[in-house]
Amino acid sequence: MTKGMRKYFKKKIFWFIITFIAAVVLNFILPRLMPGDPVNSIVGKNISPGATQEQVQEQIVYYKHQFGLDKSIFGQFWDFVKNAFNGTFGVSYSQYPRMVSDIIGSGIWWTVALQLPAILVGWLLGNLLGAIAAYKRSVYDKVLMPLTLFFSAIPAFGAAVILLVVFAVTLGWAPVNGAFDPGMIPSFSWKFISSVISHYQLPFWSIVLISIGGQAVGMRSMSIYELNADYVKYARFLGIKDKKIVRYVFRNAMLPQVTGLAMSIGSMVGGALVAETIFSYPGLGMSMYAAINSSDYPVISACTLIITIMVLIASFLLDIIYAFIDPRVKAAQFD
Amino acid sequence: MKHTLKNVFHSPRFLVGFIIFMTILLTVLIYPYFVHRDPLQGLGKGFLEPGTYVSVYDTNNTGTYRVELPEAAANRLEATLPTKDRQMMLDFLKAKGVDVTGLDTSNDRFEDLIAAWKANYDEADAKKNKYEGFATQAQRNALKRLDKSLNAGNSVAMSVVRGEGDNASTSPIAENDYVKVDEVANSITLPLGTDNFGRDTLTELVKATGISLLVGLLAGSIATLLGLLVGLLAGYVGGVLDDILMFIANIFTVIPGFVLLILIYSALGAESRSITTCAIIIGITSWVWTARSVRSQVISLRNRDHVNLSKLSGHSLFRIVTTDILPYIASYVVMAFILQVSSGILAEAQLSMLGLGPNPNELPTLGLMMNWAKLFGAYTSSNAWWAYFPVILVIALISFSLNLMNTGLDQVFNPTLRD
Repeated sequence: MTKGMRKYFKKKIFWFIITFIAAVVLNFILPRLMPGDPVNSIVGKNISPGATQEQVQEQIVYYKHQFGLDKSIFGQFWDFVKNAFNGTFGVSYSQYPRMVSDIIGSGIWWTVALQLPAILVGWLLGNLLGAIAAYKRSVYDKVLMPLTLFFSAIPAFGAAVILLVVFAVTLGWAPVNGAFDPGMIPSFSWKFISSVISHYQLPFWSIVLISIGGQAVGMRSMSIYELNADYVKYARFLGIKDKKIVRYVFRNAMLPQVTGLAMSIGSMVGGALVAETIFSYPGLGMSMYAAINSSDYPVISACTLIITIMVLIASFLLDIIYAFIDPRVKAAQFD
Repeated sequence: MKHTLKNVFHSPRFLVGFIIFMTILLTVLIYPYFVHRDPLQGLGKGFLEPGTYVSVYDTNNTGTYRVELPEAAANRLEATLPTKDRQMMLDFLKAKGVDVTGLDTSNDRFEDLIAAWKANYDEADAKKNKYEGFATQAQRNALKRLDKSLNAGNSVAMSVVRGEGDNASTSPIAENDYVKVDEVANSITLPLGTDNFGRDTLTELVKATGISLLVGLLAGSIATLLGLLVGLLAGYVGGVLDDILMFIANIFTVIPGFVLLILIYSALGAESRSITTCAIIIGITSWVWTARSVRSQVISLRNRDHVNLSKLSGHSLFRIVTTDILPYIASYVVMAFILQVSSGILAEAQLSMLGLGPNPNELPTLGLMMNWAKLFGAYTSSNAWWAYFPVILVIALISFSLNLMNTGLDQVFNPTLRD
């Protein structure tokens, strides 16, 4: 490892730690600025109608102690950090006494199983289409380009709603919501797996379709930019075969697309919000949606913290990988 | 300047985008002069299908005209014959051994069903109790009543009380009595029906489009101005100021803007989220990319000869920035602004869909309309396409037109992208 390289990595790690601390602090402070006391609403829900004033007070003190809200703000922050590091994230307000980690644990695998294949398939198909479109410009640009632009302008939730209405409600090809039949108990039977697969289709394709549009448009313009670069013209003058040139062009055009892929994997949980809420898919996005609507701040905090940390890790890894695979970054950063 | 504008408007992409955007904007501005309804006023109960609604009460008191429509009787039967009776007709035909494939109880096949019934039902046979599956007398009587209503349905007359108090008079209504719609005292045309609150969807949609555009413009302006200011300061002044500003920008880059938005919005609570607050928050969480690109462009401009010359001539910082640097990055800033407006509108819509939108009791926005459609089952149980599809279309058209304008500008200002 050269000296420049070490300096580069030191700088990156320093930034990683600083932004990480800022993210944790923001995740702690912002939910505590909200108006209204979460304890009051829980006590209001759970207490019997004939309770005396003392009993109500007793309950409030009890819950405040349970949530650690009777400590000083620094004590609360310490609890928050401790809970985040041991992975429990504290107790949920709306589903008391369930732990936040339990809520997240039940959702995260649905989200990963839905998002990861969908993002990869969408990325591959989108880049393929974009590259073809850039290479065979004449046909594509006149007919398909305006159409693609229009379809990629449809917001993600709009596309999901249209898919839901057309294929689930009108045609009845796929179930309307959920991840499996509500009457079933998760097991490894063929019946359960086929139910999961049929519930999987619509959310999956809605994510794939949306990412195809964005990736194709991006890949097309990157490829066109590279195809017009000087090195391509020079290579053509030298008489190098088109096939060989195209390989280099698309490899260069891919680099920013790799960033896009890493970032969308990193922000997977945030991206899941739309598809999961519209199809009521029981992933992390749905837990977050439910938490937002019931002001369950420990759950919101935990979800946003997970998103932030995943994005942080993705961008950190990207910086490291880029330093090795992209000679331009290497040249700029290591000396 | 004039030349640039001419160039821009010669770009077909920009022009198409501009026309679509202006059409939407003009509709939003002009519509209130024609329809004075309050966009949040409830007109009915729940989802009403698009169409013209005429008061039943007032039609009674409106002059009648005699109109003979050839298909009136068939249409009337089609609209009033209950599914139960249609099913009975099907059962009868099946019992008689008629091929009923292709026949069902829907309106599409109604004429065929009637024709098949008329060809096969024979009163004489019915009297002889010939039909299997209709063993009891009650069932046979039901068949007879059904046949009678099919044949004689044309001549049923109702009578109606016209007027009130002493002027009231009873008169029969014949089947060929019609009223003229514009003579009915109270009628309303709802081109897009009503939403779950019974609000006129079209009026609400136009108002919501206006508000969402406002949110987008405000958020976009704030983001662009903030980004421009930070980028110029960091890039031109440099030094410690650059380090501090880029430190803040780095934090904003890594923490996803959407997460920040969710956190800030839920911290505010529904009551204190006004339209303006929402727009300001979207603006101050999305300035980072503009700031970064402005900064890098300013750094490359900072040491050009004409800037150095200005410095030597003793021009003020403000003057150097406005006359020597801004014109070079103006095209980029305009394009960034257009994209910021579009993403501001989308951000508001997505947050509202999550239930984090502006206070729903004040004004409608496109995102709130989507959220209401979702909450009240417009996609699924009510199947009210008019409550969400036009909203999606408007959002898509707005971002489509802005994207077109952006790519058009890109082609004008970056010659490498031209064909």
